[in-house]
Amino acid sequence: MTSPSLMAHKTGPTVQRRDVLRRAWYNFSRNRLSVVGLVIVLLVVLLAVIGPYIAPYPGHAKAFVDFRNSNQRPSVRHWFGTDYIGRDILSRILFALRSALLMGVLVLAIAVPVGVVSGVVAGYLRGSLAEMVIMRVTDIFLAIPAMVLALAIASVLAPNLRNAMLAVTVMWWPWYTRLVYGLASSLRNEYFVRAAELTGASAGHIMFREILPNCLAPIMTKITLDMAWVIMIGASLSFVGLGEQPPIPSLGNMVSDGAKYMPDQWWMTVFPAIAIMLIVLPFNLLGDGIRDLFAMGEER
Amino acid sequence: MNQPVLEVRELKKHFPIRKNVAVRAVDGVSFELREGEILGLVGESGSGKSTVAYTVVGMYRPTAGQVIFRGEDVSREAARRNLGQKGQMQIVFQDPGSSLNPRRTVRQILRLPLMIHGLAKTESEKEEKAVDLLRRVELPEEYLDKYPSGMGGGERQLVAIARALATSPSLIIFDEPTSALDVSVQAKVINRLVELHRRLNLSYLFITHDLSLMRNVSSRVAIMYLGVICEVAETKAFFTAPRHPYTHMLLSSIPVVSDLEEELKPRKVPSVGEIPSPVNIPRGCRFHPRCPEAVQQCREAEPQLRPVAGGTHLVACHRALPD
Repeated sequence: MTSPSLMAHKTGPTVQRRDVLRRAWYNFSRNRLSVVGLVIVLLVVLLAVIGPYIAPYPGHAKAFVDFRNSNQRPSVRHWFGTDYIGRDILSRILFALRSALLMGVLVLAIAVPVGVVSGVVAGYLRGSLAEMVIMRVTDIFLAIPAMVLALAIASVLAPNLRNAMLAVTVMWWPWYTRLVYGLASSLRNEYFVRAAELTGASAGHIMFREILPNCLAPIMTKITLDMAWVIMIGASLSFVGLGEQPPIPSLGNMVSDGAKYMPDQWWMTVFPAIAIMLIVLPFNLLGDGIRDLFAMGEER
Repeated sequence: MNQPVLEVRELKKHFPIRKNVAVRAVDGVSFELREGEILGLVGESGSGKSTVAYTVVGMYRPTAGQVIFRGEDVSREAARRNLGQKGQMQIVFQDPGSSLNPRRTVRQILRLPLMIHGLAKTESEKEEKAVDLLRRVELPEEYLDKYPSGMGGGERQLVAIARALATSPSLIIFDEPTSALDVSVQAKVINRLVELHRRLNLSYLFITHDLSLMRNVSSRVAIMYLGVICEVAETKAFFTAPRHPYTHMLLSSIPVVSDLEEELKPRKVPSVGEIPSPVNIPRGCRFHPRCPEAVQQCREAEPQLRPVAGGTHLVACHRALPD
């Protein structure tokens, strides 16, 4: 009875998957800037991974003093110049890049699962005790200004990269709870959720197999945009001295150290600042692209 | 001999909106559905027909009344019913665009009920049964790898029907299964439903607002108005000798193209007004403000369903004469 023309095309799983990928790339690449973002992000990640091996002066990322070469302008020997105790800025940036990205990845690796799981649970079990507890705790965390909380945590604990990450994680998860809570509490009314409930699917199945996959688009977009934000906050914390401690380089403490020598020895501040920008900006561009990419799923 | 599959007794479902005010969506509905029957439950939007379906299947807890399924009282939400009862009663929703998860393939969608109900243990068994379900609704095997977005509306609805068949239910409730579909595929889906009904010895509760569809599909028709049933009859009697003025009004408003068809209508009653809000239900007979036959009695007393013409035909109207 079904018209043969409708059924004619054979589609195996591999054919379909390739098709999906091609369409995804098309959607993504329609926005030129997001492709630029992707390329820069990949470059930055590559630099962070191989940075310590290609850094011209790897020793300069540790305790190192060489007053003879201090305050040198950018030159062939020191592309980005040297700082007030003679350390190569480029080498230090390459090392700092690594900890900046690591911070973004680790913070989100913890904050996202916690926020997403609690959000999906609270959203699906709306009206339950679990929802009330989760959402009120979330509200409390959201009510405290994020930066203040991070500063408080980082200053009570010993100032180092690990505690800075801990502080940022603690202030970050509630945003994911909020986001996913909103999505889940509207998706729970969809008929496909009803249908699963009526056949007897478990709450776990419904939350993680039916609802969660439909939340992925906004979550992925937020993760990409947040990578930039977390790195910014990380840099801010180390700028005020609550992140990585000297002599270990971080983009934030390089900027703040160099700031004392502005504007004469501008290279000490400008290059790390550009490095921060080079991380933050492409992640933002990439975020836009990822949003477009998932928008195709909405076409029905 | 014909034990009812489903018995609904004085079912009420009210949705409170503020203190002492409630939407009385279903307000005392009783009917039974016999083995192997297709009962059409027809009504305008707002008559409460979908609420009946949702309460029967367990999406809502009834405010009052009973739902008896194969002799077992299941007047509660699905979460409190046992697995067997959930499998035996299935529902197909109106819009397959929303009843199928856009992020799951047809394979995943069809396997879910099989797994929950322990109907297939091994991987190959699951695959086999999923293919078998697709075959029942006459969709090719290749559709297992499709996502709902890659199918047409009619095909999606067929997948939803295949999913409902997975647990081998004895009762399937259809909530306007074709009204979200393009006209061109409606007939195809309906034909498939009727075929399945015949082949698999199923009972259907068919919710729709399309009276002319019921003429060809159902064995009995029940008309709902503002949360109550006002007439129930065998399909033939329903279309040839309706008793309730509301039924007359609905039958007269079926659009036809020729005068010849127009002649076939039992009586012409112009449609007046619109269905009132179920928050403010008129006193007496619910239909009296729109009824051309209304008399004083209709404004005062609410008529009960009572048998006319030999007992299978039930009407709730003061003005319907028993003959």
